[in-house]
Parts: sequence; C-alpha cells; structure tokens
Amino acid sequence: MYALTIPFWAAASWRLNRTLKARQAPYLALGAAFSFVIMMFNIPILGGTTGHATGATLIAILLGPWAAVISVSVALIIQALLFGDGGITSIGANCFNMAIAGVFTGYGVYRLIAAYSDVKSKRRLIACAVAAYVSLNVSAVITAVQFGLQPLLERSAAGQPLYAPFPLSVAIPAMALEHLFLFGFVEAAVTTLVIRYFQRNDPAMLA
Amino acid sequence: MTFMKKLWIGIGVLVLLTPLGVIIPALFRAEGAWGEWGIDRIEKIVGFVPEGMKRLAGSWKAPLPDYALPGHSTGLAAESVEYVATGIIGVAITAAVMYLLAKILARKNETK
Repeated sequence: MYALTIPFWAAASWRLNRTLKARQAPYLALGAAFSFVIMMFNIPILGGTTGHATGATLIAILLGPWAAVISVSVALIIQALLFGDGGITSIGANCFNMAIAGVFTGYGVYRLIAAYSDVKSKRRLIACAVAAYVSLNVSAVITAVQFGLQPLLERSAAGQPLYAPFPLSVAIPAMALEHLFLFGFVEAAVTTLVIRYFQRNDPAMLA
Repeated sequence: MTFMKKLWIGIGVLVLLTPLGVIIPALFRAEGAWGEWGIDRIEKIVGFVPEGMKRLAGSWKAPLPDYALPGHSTGLAAESVEYVATGIIGVAITAAVMYLLAKILARKNETK
C-alpha cells in the first residue's frame, strides 16, 4: 500500500510547503493530537470486538485535506512505533485507509453538501455529520477488503493463509456492519459537536 | 483565555477520559478491534498462527506496547492510570512531531 500512500504524503507535503504558514503549526499539532486521542477510545460492539473513530473528517474540514493527511498519518505512525498499536508493516495501508481515503472522502462529501452555505448554518452541520459517517465507513470497508484479500493473495505452500486468515465474506460484513451501525455515528457525532463549537467560537476557521 | 488554549484544554479533558476506552470494553468483555490481533489471539480465533504473521510479529519492539507503562500492573484502576499517562505521552509526542513538521513545511512562507 506504500505505493499509493507515499505519493499522497509527498503531494501533501508539497502542497503544505507552498501554502502553510508557520502560525498554523499549532493547529496541525492540535489536529494530530486530537486524532491520536480519539483513537484511544475503544468502543465495544457485538461480537466482542471494539472499534474507534479517527477524526479524519473533522481535521479535513478545519485544516483542509492535505493538512489532515499529514496530521492523521502522524498520529497513526506514532501509535504504531511507540505503542505497537496498528502494526509496523501495515503503516502504509493504515495511513491510506484512514489518513487518505478517510480524509478525502470526508472532505469531498462535506464540500458537496455544504456547498456555498453560510459558515454557521445548520446545513454545514448536516454536511459534516454525513461526511464523517461516510468517510469512516469508506475507511472501514477498504480495510476490510485489504484483510479479506489476504487469504487469496498470500498463502503458504500448504494453502494456509500467511497473514490475515479471514476471507472477504467474513471481513467485509464484520467491518462494514460495525461501522455502519455504530462507529460511523460516533464519528459523525464527534465531528458535528466540534464543528458546532467552532461555529460558535471561531467561525473564521471554517471558511 | 485564548481559543487555542481552550482547544488544548479540550484535548486534556479527552485524555483524562481515555480510560473509558479501556473500562467500557472491559465491562463488555470485548477484545481489541477487529483485525488488530496479536499472534496469541489469532491462534485462539482460528486455531493456528499464520506463518507470515509469526515471522513479522517480533520485528518491532515498541517502547510502550499496548499503551502500558513498563513494570507490573494489574487491575482496571492501574490500567486506567497508565492509559492516561501513556495518553499524555502520546499526545505530547504527536503534537510535538506534527508541530515540527508543520514548521519545517511552512519555512518558506514566513513573509506571506
């Protein structure tokens, strides 16, 4: 997945290099920190597993998608390197699923629905809720597909899966259902609440 | 209090609330996220350890695995305290790294 992820990182760095001002650095730091913290909230679901939101859409709305790509990636990488949370070899895939696919899906849907509405309008809130919901589910399904393809792609000589053992027929429902029915809403709620806070306290950031 | 300060306080509050991310799953006896399995867990689920996973499993030793601090600790209370502590460490490092990265990327735009 690094083949897909690295170009995005490069593009994001290049874009930020052209447009970012030093005084915006604290906001990116805040965004990355927020993403990190929000991923520490494991929410249990039926079937005995847990899941988490990512904050990808929120950061994309507030700081723009390219900054969000870097912010969420930083959070994911530190999680993996420092805490062993998420795997080292899968950093490329994780970043693509959440920091790239999640960010751009969320940003795209948000802009689509928000269009030219007023920064403080309810339409913006609806836009960010829907965007966050869709974005997290997209991330989840892409992740499920990557898991589900493993048994097809990587098998030992004896036919045993080398890595993730569950096929698409298990992976996709497992991931999709829990994100469609629970975690998507959590992401939407968190995103909307924070955006509403910004609407009331610092609407300039939403422009 | 500046807006910025309020935001950081918000993050601080979230960090203090993170034990919920440990306590709630414990109450429901839930395991980790789907797919984030270590080799002992996967063995319990499917009855074998996939070869590739076994090979890669030891390739990286994280300094603070699973958000726990070094040393022995048992019980939900201790885990919660450690979770907050590692949460603070994680937030601090993430924020610092991102801040530095942002400053480096913004270097040439100083005059704008």
